[in-house]
Amino acid sequence: MRVYLDYNATTPVDPAVLEAMLPYLRDNFGNAGSVHSPGQRARAGVDAARESVAALIGAKPSEIVFTSGGTEADNLAIFGTVASSNQPRKHVITTTIDHHAVLDSCHELERQGVDVTYVPVGRAPDGEGLVNPEDIRRALRPETVLVTVMHANNELGAIQPIVEIGRIAAEAGVRFHCDAVQSAGKVPLDVNRLGVDLLSLSAHKFYGPKGIGALYVRSGTPLAPRFFGGHAERDRRSGTENVPGIVGLGKAAEVAARLLAQDAARIGALRDRLETALLERVPAVRVNGDRACRVPNTSNLAFPGAAGEALLIALDLEGIACSTGAACSSGSTEPSHVLTAIGLSRDDARSSLRFSLGRPTTAAEIDRAVEVIPAVVARLRALSPHPAAAAHSS
Amino acid sequence: MTPIAKLEIARAGAAGPATSAPAASVVAVAMSGGVDSSTVAALLCERGLRVVGLTMQLWNQRRLPGLSGEGPAPRRCCSLDDVYDARRVAEGLGIPFYLVNMEGTFEETVVRPFVDDYLAGRTPIPCTLCNNHLKFDQLLVTARQIGAEKIATGHYARVRHNPDTGRYELLRAVDESKDQSYFLFGLTQEQLARVEFPLGDLAKSEVREIARRLGVAVAEKPESQEICFVPAGNYVRFIESYLEEQGSAVEEKPGEIVSTSGKVVGRHSGLHQYTVGQRRGLGLAVGHPLYVIALDRARNRVIVGPDPELRQVCCDVRDVNWIPFAAPAGPVRASVRIRNRHEPAEAEITVLDATTARIQFCEPQRAITPGQAAVFYSGEHVLGGGWIS
Repeated sequence: MRVYLDYNATTPVDPAVLEAMLPYLRDNFGNAGSVHSPGQRARAGVDAARESVAALIGAKPSEIVFTSGGTEADNLAIFGTVASSNQPRKHVITTTIDHHAVLDSCHELERQGVDVTYVPVGRAPDGEGLVNPEDIRRALRPETVLVTVMHANNELGAIQPIVEIGRIAAEAGVRFHCDAVQSAGKVPLDVNRLGVDLLSLSAHKFYGPKGIGALYVRSGTPLAPRFFGGHAERDRRSGTENVPGIVGLGKAAEVAARLLAQDAARIGALRDRLETALLERVPAVRVNGDRACRVPNTSNLAFPGAAGEALLIALDLEGIACSTGAACSSGSTEPSHVLTAIGLSRDDARSSLRFSLGRPTTAAEIDRAVEVIPAVVARLRALSPHPAAAAHSS
Repeated sequence: MTPIAKLEIARAGAAGPATSAPAASVVAVAMSGGVDSSTVAALLCERGLRVVGLTMQLWNQRRLPGLSGEGPAPRRCCSLDDVYDARRVAEGLGIPFYLVNMEGTFEETVVRPFVDDYLAGRTPIPCTLCNNHLKFDQLLVTARQIGAEKIATGHYARVRHNPDTGRYELLRAVDESKDQSYFLFGLTQEQLARVEFPLGDLAKSEVREIARRLGVAVAEKPESQEICFVPAGNYVRFIESYLEEQGSAVEEKPGEIVSTSGKVVGRHSGLHQYTVGQRRGLGLAVGHPLYVIALDRARNRVIVGPDPELRQVCCDVRDVNWIPFAAPAGPVRASVRIRNRHEPAEAEITVLDATTARIQFCEPQRAITPGQAAVFYSGEHVLGGGWIS
């Protein structure tokens, strides 16, 4: 039995999504920018999708800008906002646990002369992996042009206090961007309740195709484009629309909106079953991140004394797919920046695995994982050259 | 119940989920992206084994950007191109493939000692250190942790179990021109018990033929001979760039070049630029060829002399490892190889203590170089070896 527990890395395309996309790869191949009927049919698909995406997050269709994915949406929000400001000095606030699409953009901003504050997150015992909104308030400066904080952390699942941070940003008159790539489809999203000006989404994290995402841009929010050439997406993102992708994103949003509540309850129960069983059966396991405040599908566990890299490979050979962190960081020497940010030692960070469940996950799969993982961890600890591992191996 | 049925049940029990060992016997192949290890993977697949490809990520070429333009090294074994080649071969074979990051251990046990050796006037062999500390140590541990009993590599050498002594023996490759046993003298019995060298019985031409027949993607790839992390074989530039990166810029410690009789014949600009036996690049014009005889770290001197003075009859070795026996009972007659392509020379080896030995050659040997390995052979057997001190 193959068990896929890496839905935070990516998800399979929902059958309904594929069905919706196929006509736009075949008959309705037109360019959505064309005047003629084939173009109009493509345009109709794009318009309908825009409405579905807007509906998922409580936005107006005109506020949705389609992008090539979450990374582009984050880049467009960050660089587009900073570039639209003509203040002489500029300052941006983010957190130490945001995704690299945000953090690396901020590092690039620093190279361009923009000041960036990386707000730390809470550590055990309370609020582990959660930003304290007051820290955002304290980081504000007169020249702050943007606050960007992720919604659900991709590694821990920790849900950040976006409502409170949005209120603080609004009081200060500072634009607020939220990377919601890992929360879309997992928890309800409403851009007005959250108080965000910009919000990033990626289709393939919720059963849509890869290569398509969206940026929500609140009406009236200035945004300097990053791509030039044509007038697509109301000049905010030039380039011929990825019509099949956009249609897929729209359908995925529609399905997610319909299944969200039931998915969350079912998947959350399975995640808890996995976590409880592993805590019982494997000695010295630690749950990383705040357990209460997180998306229902994610469990990040440290197995001290077992190297995460070897654990990941060993589990894969047993048919269990999970991850040591963000897929984009695979193969790097550095331990996860998220796990070190919550205070884990480098060794414990390197001994951690992320299990993320999804809509196709079954109870039988969880039972299989619970059967395999303890034995594999025991084998790794027994064969570890580090004496500390032996302490956990008996 | 028949004995065979019992055996099968025993096997099934051993491979059951309780111990978590994967069902079929798993062998890990250390894949470098080159033709040899790729062919090993293909051969083992053909034998019906469950093969897992592992590639070690050892060194990040981006660390020393100043060296990036230098020659073909970016195409060598630590480069992304080689990882790509290894992955393509694994994909072609349909086997699982993983990149295992060992940059930390590699730097600690190979790169830093390499640099330190040169600075101390020795001429190191990083490939042997990598075999001892990475490939047959940490990678073997990883291989076992992921459920493989053995690790196979593309080395040209042979391992045999001797039922009489109960020990594993290391033998030269059948293809003498490809033999790599020199780099493997440090393998312990535990390591030898868990390695496979499927190419040890084959000639290089046969390996290419097998690679072509099995459709290995890199069958025509040229061989690499250089040190994988040193671009264009320019170790002096590498050492200087590495030390600069470490914030301990090269000690530009110029000193004297003296003859063996003590006469000053020139100046040098740092001991790390010289190696015993070197002739070119000394910048001396004395009418007859001079060679580096020794590097005197204490007095920061390069000692040079004519060819006959380069010859010595005796040397000591440290960290000695014996293979077919735990330790010899008395002096051992052997053919000793003092560098990779050296024609083995007859010698007598006397054990000094648990880890050191003295080698007395029958004929004086040219350029016995501290930092290199002396490897002891008896016919096709590797008896052991040690580091020339």
